[in-house]
Amino acid sequence: MLIKKQPDLTYADVTPKTLYMGRRNFLLGLVATGAAVEAWKKLPRLVSAAGTGSVPVKLNGVVKWPGSTSDTQTPIEKVTTFNNFYEFGTDKGDPSQNAKNFVTSPWTVSVEGEVAKPRKFTMDEIMKIAPLEERIYRHRCVEAWSIVVPWIGYSLSTILKLVEPTPKAKYVAFESYYDPKQMPWASSAGIELPYVEGLRLDEAMNPLALLCVGMYGETLPNQDGAPVRMVIPWKYGFKSIKSIVKIRFVKSQPPTTWNMYAGGTEYGFYSNVNPSVDHPRWSQASERRLGPGLGLFTRKIPTLMFNGYGDQVASLYAGMDLRKNF
Amino acid sequence: MLNAILTSKWTKVFLFLLCLAPAAWLVWRGFQGDLTADPIAFITHTTGDWTLRFIVITLAITPLRKLLRLPQLIRFRRMLGLFAFFYGCLHFSTWIGLDKQFAWAEMWKDVQKRRFITVGFAGFVLMIPLAITSTAGWIRRLGGKRWQLLHRAIYLTAMAGVIHYYWLVKSDVRKPLEYGLLVGILLVWRLAAWVIGRRKQAAAGSASRRPEPTTAESA
Repeated sequence: MLIKKQPDLTYADVTPKTLYMGRRNFLLGLVATGAAVEAWKKLPRLVSAAGTGSVPVKLNGVVKWPGSTSDTQTPIEKVTTFNNFYEFGTDKGDPSQNAKNFVTSPWTVSVEGEVAKPRKFTMDEIMKIAPLEERIYRHRCVEAWSIVVPWIGYSLSTILKLVEPTPKAKYVAFESYYDPKQMPWASSAGIELPYVEGLRLDEAMNPLALLCVGMYGETLPNQDGAPVRMVIPWKYGFKSIKSIVKIRFVKSQPPTTWNMYAGGTEYGFYSNVNPSVDHPRWSQASERRLGPGLGLFTRKIPTLMFNGYGDQVASLYAGMDLRKNF
Repeated sequence: MLNAILTSKWTKVFLFLLCLAPAAWLVWRGFQGDLTADPIAFITHTTGDWTLRFIVITLAITPLRKLLRLPQLIRFRRMLGLFAFFYGCLHFSTWIGLDKQFAWAEMWKDVQKRRFITVGFAGFVLMIPLAITSTAGWIRRLGGKRWQLLHRAIYLTAMAGVIHYYWLVKSDVRKPLEYGLLVGILLVWRLAAWVIGRRKQAAAGSASRRPEPTTAESA
């Protein structure tokens, strides 16, 4: 099937690097970063006396990323009440209830493995490594629904470069926070935890792979993967691991949670959005966009190869059989 | 007192309204705009859940009336079974109308290709003749014994419903297993009752050769 699509971006739209790194932008970035750090520092105080968990705070001076989709955004109420975060329960409505007491401060992310300079980043550091950008991405779940979310963060490559990967590094493995005491629902999730994910190094270095610290102008709500998560818009949502505590450079393809489930027959390591490769239990040819309104009579829309991000990522898979490497 | 309640016509009216409550609750939530971010999935899951619940409740009537010695419970069985069919229809038509939006070719492909849909579809289709022949007139026309045999198809529908649910969930199989356990208990009880009944019959038969009375109500 030929899918005609209106690409969001072509190479002609890419901002020249000199412009991007221009002085004005750099200064703006500094201001934004400063504001972000200030917001982050307030976070522990916002943890209420009632003993409840961390809550989102406003992020100021976030730079608008030029490649955002113009698709209608999904209302924040839907993105915060309809979550797959099995550590907090398997029902879509569970995480928004059960993650209320999740405390995400202090937080560190260990970046390690095949690198010259392994390092633990505090959340404060992560917030100021680069100017925060608002990137509106389409987000396609393997369950055939999709949302459009204004995420906030910067390219994962920015932080990966800081630790200087060695030539042995071929893949990047991610690990989520896991504490059975804070996440008693996890025991009946039916998947092995902690949640682990992985990307090939070149995928991880692709500028679209977003290290995400916020959405809708604020830091991330707990149920959406606070305080820091991945957003990989050309792959099914489960690749976008939440509440990251470890990023490890490795020599060979790392195990990933949903791939291990059902012996790799249902969810592939790559899991690129691909309308022509069905999940054994449902078609991936179309998707239900969760937008504003009740949405009872929403027509399904055709799913795009690489979720419409082919111009930016298709070259990563040149020569690969994506039916086999699904 | 209990007998008066169980035989009152108002009890049946009350139960009828109670059985409609899940559907009413869905409609009410719809008007509140509170059907979750994916209302079609929510309605599909809710109506599917209630179909299975009513199948379990219907299957529980015979064991309950025997164990509790409350034969009057039989009055409610037909209505409960028809409510299982009612929620099954809602579930099926949500899939046809809201989910697939009348894409018949695609649906037929799904029925053939996706085993959870195949088995769910089969379970639903099996309920149709049971709903049609649920009247007293049809019991008479078919004869108690044949009617009873036909209506044992509900055992297959119950099993199909559980398998349908088990095959469609991603990794958390607790709820389908709970339904499976309930249906399992209710079917094993019948099997045990049948085995015990046969033994008694054999013992009584060798003693007096009295014919066993059969009614449509002992299924």
